[in-house]
Amino acid sequence: MTLPVSKSIAPDEGSYNFAYLDEQTKRMIRRAILKGIAIPGYQVPFASREMPMPYGWGTGGVQVTAAILGADDTLKVIDQGSDDTTNAVAIRGFFEKTAGVATTTSTEDASIIQTRHRIPEMALNSNQILVFQVPIPEPLRFLEPRETETRKMHALEEYGLMHVKLYEDIAKNGHIATTYAYPVEVNGRYVMDPSPTPKFDNPKIDNMEALQLYGAGREKRIYAIPPYTKVKSLDFDDYPFEVQSFDKPCGLCNAEGVYLDEVILDDKGGRMFVCSDSDHCEERRANGHLGPMAADPAATLLSGGTQEKGQ
Amino acid sequence: MYVAVKGGEKAIRNAHKLLAKRRRGDTSVPSLTVDQIAEQLALSVARVMCEGSLYDEGLAALAIKQARGDLIEAAFLIRAYRTTLPRFGYSETLDTAKMLIERRISATYKDLPGGQLLGPTFDYSHRLLDFAMAAENEGALDAVESETPLNEGMPRVTDLLSDEGLMEADPLPEASDAVGDLTREPLSFPADRDLRLQNLARGDEGFLLSLAYSSQRGYARTHPFTGEIRYGEVEVEFFAEELGFNVKLGAIKVTECQMVNQFSGSAKSPPKFTRGYGLVFGQVERKAMAMSMVDRALRWEELGEEQTAPVQDTEFVLSHSDNIQATGFVEHLKLPHYVDFQAELDLVRRMRAEWFAARDQQDPYAQTDLETGKEAAE
Amino acid sequence: MNTEAINPSAANSAARLAAGFADPVHDAQNCFRKVMQAMARPGTLQTFEPGLTDLPAPLTAMGAAVALTLLDYDTPVWLDPALAKSPDAVSFLRFHTGAPIVDVPVEAAFALVSEPERLTGLGNFPQGTPDYPDQSATLVLMNQTFGKGASLKLKGPGIKDVARFSTSPVPTTFWDQVQANNAQFPRGVDVIFTGEAQIAALPRSTQLTRPEA
Repeated sequence: MTLPVSKSIAPDEGSYNFAYLDEQTKRMIRRAILKGIAIPGYQVPFASREMPMPYGWGTGGVQVTAAILGADDTLKVIDQGSDDTTNAVAIRGFFEKTAGVATTTSTEDASIIQTRHRIPEMALNSNQILVFQVPIPEPLRFLEPRETETRKMHALEEYGLMHVKLYEDIAKNGHIATTYAYPVEVNGRYVMDPSPTPKFDNPKIDNMEALQLYGAGREKRIYAIPPYTKVKSLDFDDYPFEVQSFDKPCGLCNAEGVYLDEVILDDKGGRMFVCSDSDHCEERRANGHLGPMAADPAATLLSGGTQEKGQ
Repeated sequence: MYVAVKGGEKAIRNAHKLLAKRRRGDTSVPSLTVDQIAEQLALSVARVMCEGSLYDEGLAALAIKQARGDLIEAAFLIRAYRTTLPRFGYSETLDTAKMLIERRISATYKDLPGGQLLGPTFDYSHRLLDFAMAAENEGALDAVESETPLNEGMPRVTDLLSDEGLMEADPLPEASDAVGDLTREPLSFPADRDLRLQNLARGDEGFLLSLAYSSQRGYARTHPFTGEIRYGEVEVEFFAEELGFNVKLGAIKVTECQMVNQFSGSAKSPPKFTRGYGLVFGQVERKAMAMSMVDRALRWEELGEEQTAPVQDTEFVLSHSDNIQATGFVEHLKLPHYVDFQAELDLVRRMRAEWFAARDQQDPYAQTDLETGKEAAE
Repeated sequence: MNTEAINPSAANSAARLAAGFADPVHDAQNCFRKVMQAMARPGTLQTFEPGLTDLPAPLTAMGAAVALTLLDYDTPVWLDPALAKSPDAVSFLRFHTGAPIVDVPVEAAFALVSEPERLTGLGNFPQGTPDYPDQSATLVLMNQTFGKGASLKLKGPGIKDVARFSTSPVPTTFWDQVQANNAQFPRGVDVIFTGEAQIAALPRSTQLTRPEA
């Protein structure tokens, strides 16, 4: 006897588990996180699930956040340093909907910060957890596409290829041509990809007080840097690692020593440099710091978050 | 307006409203029903079930409707839904020899026990647009002579060859070997055939088609003959621990393709044909064939062949076959990347300034405006 | 099979089965966060209420909480002889976690140890491979009293400068084994210590110095 294949669709039950993932999946991810913490910088394979957002859009970070998140957490989500970029908004909305947790744009108030491409300017504390979205977790991938090979290289601590690549950059360009996802060595052992944050942020991950968790959904890897861990950006004696510096302060809040976005104002070369960390910038302006372009009409447009948010 | 900086929340809300409107299209045209899609776009439904890795015609049809006909997007909806379903265990092995057959062809024999059964196929149709179909009412269809599916005496062609000793034994895993599941354990390499087949069954039809085609054009030639393609209904059974016997869960439609390929043999064993295997949900024949050719090509090592072509490269093939992964990563380039781009801008400006400075040192008469990096002569 | 969906009273009418977490989702999340903090900050004590009562001896509330948080049918678990001998403890773990119970340490992803002073050598558990150092065991030691026993100095990831740690009981050669475990980093096991209301952990990355004898 064969049963007819039903074409009837049960109405959506509309109730997912807290933070979307089922408990078995959370346990699997939690175990991977513990292994990652125990072996700093080592990429732990995990059975990444299909998420209701595309691979490449933060599914790794979302799974890590979902696995650690509790009802009393306060979540902040940033993309490009800003809480209001499209993907940050989408991910924050996902957790508001599926976990009902409190969310914030304030770095200080957040217990978990999920990020893509930036680390907040404010130093994080030991009660905070920073979750990175990672596209390609393997720092050696662009030198050797095969996982079978790169895995061996990590096992043997064979990182010569990476040094050769960086040195070839110097020979060819006079600079190391890696400006983001700049490779680091964790605790003197594993070479690790800090995710595509600009290398400006690399010094922040060294000896950070907060726990750092990295999730790569499509590539199915989780890794971690425990607090107070030595993280060194790869360099050479004659070419020491250095970060990008900006010759002007933030046009809106006058901050120096922060990462700035270049905003094109017109087609006549008009430009403005403003903080990439939107919360940092708003905080400073609220405290009375004003940059040289704070009064410019363009500034109203750029800092118009308050205007939009009010609606 | 693409709002990367501020007002993201509002922009997303608006985009969703606009998408809903465009999906519905002109409201003077009746809305598609899910049943219409399931019945009349059955091959799209089958592809979405395959690549979405979930057998449910109704849900696949709904996904196609929601995805505005974008089949990869539809498969993605199905995958995301699939992850939330509870798992009760693994079904018993399907027995395709007991298939209720709707179509069965073999290219290796003129006739064979059970006969050839063309079934519903485009194969010998003339690809002429049928303008009659553009009419609102298509009119009555011609009666079909015999529509009863066959399920008697249809031995698989590969079994006939095996009986004569001409076909390699079906390399079944030991009963004690657990069959891998790449949805539960991340894929690692080398990957055994169970994982390879699972990966290919979920893989993108277009990717597998191109790889299979490349193998026909000399990039790892495997000399395939279509031993058999069969399409029909098979029962799915589940061993219920608490009852102690198999329970029938229902029936699904699958296409199975067995390719018969050139030989293996050695001093120890006589020459034999080798197999390539494809099995997919629904009538997705092109993919079942491509899958069986790629499967065969990936077996080069076990059969003592040389690796010469992309289709034989397990890590390359399996790492890039999944269109949900591929589309996500390709499309993620739409997300704002301006922070990293800023870092690149800064470096390229510095490198250009140094380049011009170095040139000016060599040739003091060259004029360069260092501010813009533009040469004065331009 | 999904054991979470089955009602304990219906599933086990013969022996009384102690209840699991009152709130499986949030109790497990809370316990996990404590374990994660313990692992990320080696030697620190994380305090919380495990939320389990009336457990079959020799299972402790804190040990059981960690087990319910981390174990399931994907994690083979080894029970020390005292636990393995207790049918009630075994059926509690089987029912609430579904984890396959293995007879030999070398097959275990987790080990539950109720009599830590009798623990077999750490080297008997899976240590991971150079390619996959994560394929190693995590040991959960129960009945720990923190602040008792040898005072150890800890260094390494998760530790600002130096941390102090002491716990008891452990076997006499245990700290030598922990040092040897760290020496083979990145391979090695990780250890979670559970007391009554506190837990601590020593991942393989922690270097340990013992006081001069």
